[in-house]
Amino acid sequence: MVCKEFPVFPESRYQGASSKLLADMGTSVHCATVISGCVAASSITFGASQNTALSTSRPHRLASTVVREDEPVLVAAAKSGDAAAFEELVNRYERKIFRLTMNITRNREDAEDAMQDAFMKAYSHLSGFQEDSRFYTWLVRIAANEALMRLRKRRPNQFSIDEPVEGEDDLMPREIEDWGPSPEQRFAQTELHGILDQVIDQLDPDFRTVFVLRDIEELSTEETAATLGISVPAVKSRLLRARLKLRQKLDRYMHDRKPN
Amino acid sequence: MNCRRTLLEVSNYIDGDLDAALKQELEQHLKDCPECAIFVIQTKATVEIFCDSQPVDLPQDVRARLHEALKRKLANPGT
Repeated sequence: MVCKEFPVFPESRYQGASSKLLADMGTSVHCATVISGCVAASSITFGASQNTALSTSRPHRLASTVVREDEPVLVAAAKSGDAAAFEELVNRYERKIFRLTMNITRNREDAEDAMQDAFMKAYSHLSGFQEDSRFYTWLVRIAANEALMRLRKRRPNQFSIDEPVEGEDDLMPREIEDWGPSPEQRFAQTELHGILDQVIDQLDPDFRTVFVLRDIEELSTEETAATLGISVPAVKSRLLRARLKLRQKLDRYMHDRKPN
Repeated sequence: MNCRRTLLEVSNYIDGDLDAALKQELEQHLKDCPECAIFVIQTKATVEIFCDSQPVDLPQDVRARLHEALKRKLANPGT
């Protein structure tokens, strides 16, 4: 079989299915062989579990692991003036909010200021929190806006959230090669963190911001659009580009460190 | 369905946002095109790697300043 539709595919090589990754996806590639520089697989099985493996409403962890069940109780107590309850909410989310503001601003000073102001504003406006969304989601939106404000101020020319996105031609893969062992297996945790940090740092701020809100903070497409003041199609378009760019950048690391 | 269309729809696909007919078309293409199958797996893995990354440690000095500001705020909510 020759891949005709991606004209650049004939350069590609296949060096064996990444068994863990494929197993994790509920997907198996059998009898893959290299023919004339392209992949031939006598049988690629997308099993019954594929619907929950490759295509899911949320491809990663559930919100229930982010928000503990007692959050509404703490929020209600904080609203009624219980300072200790609000402090507990801060303790619970300070690391996540710092990660968010760091991911958006990529500047420690701005990230700290944005985080601090976000918690202060959340406290000041707590009575206005309607509880029709999770407190954490509400907090993320406040923190994202604080971070975006600082990012726009520091890098006004690099932030083009209102401009149309480019075409996708630059993201067409030049070659597709199996990664082998998953990144988590291949790299030590510290090294992987460093790689992810570098890779996300290279994304344009407007794509990075959408990716951070949707895929790391798990806001819905609609919540992300509302937070950024852009349309749902714009969120989807930027998320696609962000994901493709990150895959492309990560791909380089995976090829640089092929196992022996 | 072709490889280019797969690239354009991969994000909607892994989010489960494709309608049934388009999803079926895409999955048929994935069965026929191992390269696209790997591409989709890698894109999904990329999202998961970032999603699963733990929050960075909050530096001690940053945390101390946050809690000082919080203490002041809680003592004087109107400020």
